[in-house]
Amino acid sequence: MHVEQISVFIENKFGRLAEVTRTLGDAGVNIRTLSLADTSDFGILRLIVNDTERAKTVLKEKGFTVSKTEVVAVEIPDRPGGLADVLQALDADGINVEYMYAFVERSEENAVMIFRFDETEKAISTLTGKNFTVLPGDRLYSM
Amino acid sequence: MFFNEDFETLPREAIRALQLKRLKSLVARVYSNVPFYRQSLDKAGITPDSIKSLEDLQRIPFTYKQDMRDSYPYNLFAAPMEDIVRIHASSGTTGKPTVVGYTKHDIETWSELMARSFAAAGVHKGDIIHNSYGYGLFTGGLGAHYGAERLGASVIPMSGGNTKKQIMIMQDFGSTVLTCTPSYSLFMAEAAKEDGIDFRDLKLRVGIFGAEPWSEEMRGDIESKLNLSAVDIYGLSEIMGPGVAIECHEAKKGLHIWEDHFIAEIINPETGAVLGEGELGELVITTITKEGIPLLRYRTRDITSISYEPCVCGRTHARIARMSGRSDDMLIIRGVNVFPSQIETVLMGVDGVEPHYLLIVDRKGNLDTLEVQVEVNEKLFSDEIKHLQALSGKIEKQIKEMLGVTCHVRLVEPKSIARSEGKAKRVIDKRKG
Repeated sequence: MHVEQISVFIENKFGRLAEVTRTLGDAGVNIRTLSLADTSDFGILRLIVNDTERAKTVLKEKGFTVSKTEVVAVEIPDRPGGLADVLQALDADGINVEYMYAFVERSEENAVMIFRFDETEKAISTLTGKNFTVLPGDRLYSM
Repeated sequence: MFFNEDFETLPREAIRALQLKRLKSLVARVYSNVPFYRQSLDKAGITPDSIKSLEDLQRIPFTYKQDMRDSYPYNLFAAPMEDIVRIHASSGTTGKPTVVGYTKHDIETWSELMARSFAAAGVHKGDIIHNSYGYGLFTGGLGAHYGAERLGASVIPMSGGNTKKQIMIMQDFGSTVLTCTPSYSLFMAEAAKEDGIDFRDLKLRVGIFGAEPWSEEMRGDIESKLNLSAVDIYGLSEIMGPGVAIECHEAKKGLHIWEDHFIAEIINPETGAVLGEGELGELVITTITKEGIPLLRYRTRDITSISYEPCVCGRTHARIARMSGRSDDMLIIRGVNVFPSQIETVLMGVDGVEPHYLLIVDRKGNLDTLEVQVEVNEKLFSDEIKHLQALSGKIEKQIKEMLGVTCHVRLVEPKSIARSEGKAKRVIDKRKG
């Protein structure tokens, strides 16, 4: 049920983000979704791609610091309060969201959110227990 | 193991007697052969006859690097050019290079002291010395080379640069000893790792590292990454080149300075007053046997302290502490004296931090600012901002605690700090110029 995400350390310097995306493009890696968290000195680019291993290899070859993290993709009913319901369920079980961002594609009638939890397994069982749909990585990479 | 046991273990009284005898003859020699010294000694009211004890040395004026520049190229030479068999020079990064000349006898002395230094580091005949100090005007390469040959070891004259080839040669030739700057040794280990080569599979046993200040923590890092015993060697072209002083492998606690050839004093760099044993100050050296360009009380600018305590290795020569920096590298940040090596000590104490760092000093308004750039490797990296901020905050706090200086730690991408094949550049001071 896990989704692989790669994170890249990027200095806040002109052209670095372009360099990452160009490197992936040249290697034929397709970015499925991304989010960028930044401070004044540096940023962390988080990516879900169609070929995690290849992305990691080519970025490392270019000298980037890359790590792989397991995140969780959850279908969110596309209606007012949809996200609130999911967060409330997590909150009720004391599960902390480290960060989250939206996936660009829809899954049927639902939006998809990517979550990073401190306790991934527990979060998945809470969500599935409350009948939310957790999407497997393979599904996302090829969506 | 000693190279010249008689001299290396001379009783202290005998060392002092020899120093006095040689000092008297040196003063007489420079007084008659070097107009610069005749003038400065006359001005200080000193004649060769007035040197009666070693304490009289303190009345002799200092020689500064600027004096050597003003004498460019040959005016401080005490021997005629026909007796000079070798000329070296400093890099001249801060002005005209300082030029030094060696007589045949000087080269022999240098080779002997370098051979003594190798022996003190635990090197012996049969060792294969991979010499990555630069050959050329810089004294490092040829100094180590001649010493290695005097010792009777095999020397590979690599010089600096061409790192891939260096690693191949070390693997194929079975090098057992590596000589280079400490930062270059780590650069080589890093380059090897990228090619899937582990330094622990090489035959290296001893590393002799010098030409730049480095910390005890960096020694630990080098020893574990290169799997060898690392010792600190000290020298400077003005005095001789490498091999003025070295750590013995038995103690690795201070560098034995070859006192039958050099008189070492530690002074207060501001006042010039001679300091006592154990006090931190600037190292001043008088070269008592040199013929080509002998120097009286040369201000090295290197900050250290001296100890006459007996050493477990049996050598009787005094030990100078690992250099804490140069009096001219010392940064004054908001009134606090800071040596780059102190910051290095803090950084190397943080698990996972690479020994590549850069200090950027600037002034914003009337306030000095210090930025410490630290490379983020995979061990330090996290996908969460808060972890990285906690890391930089931790380093900032430790630097504040150790040095009393507030700084900003900037995490930068790996390899973004320039690597050096010679002396590492650690500081950019934007307040200057």
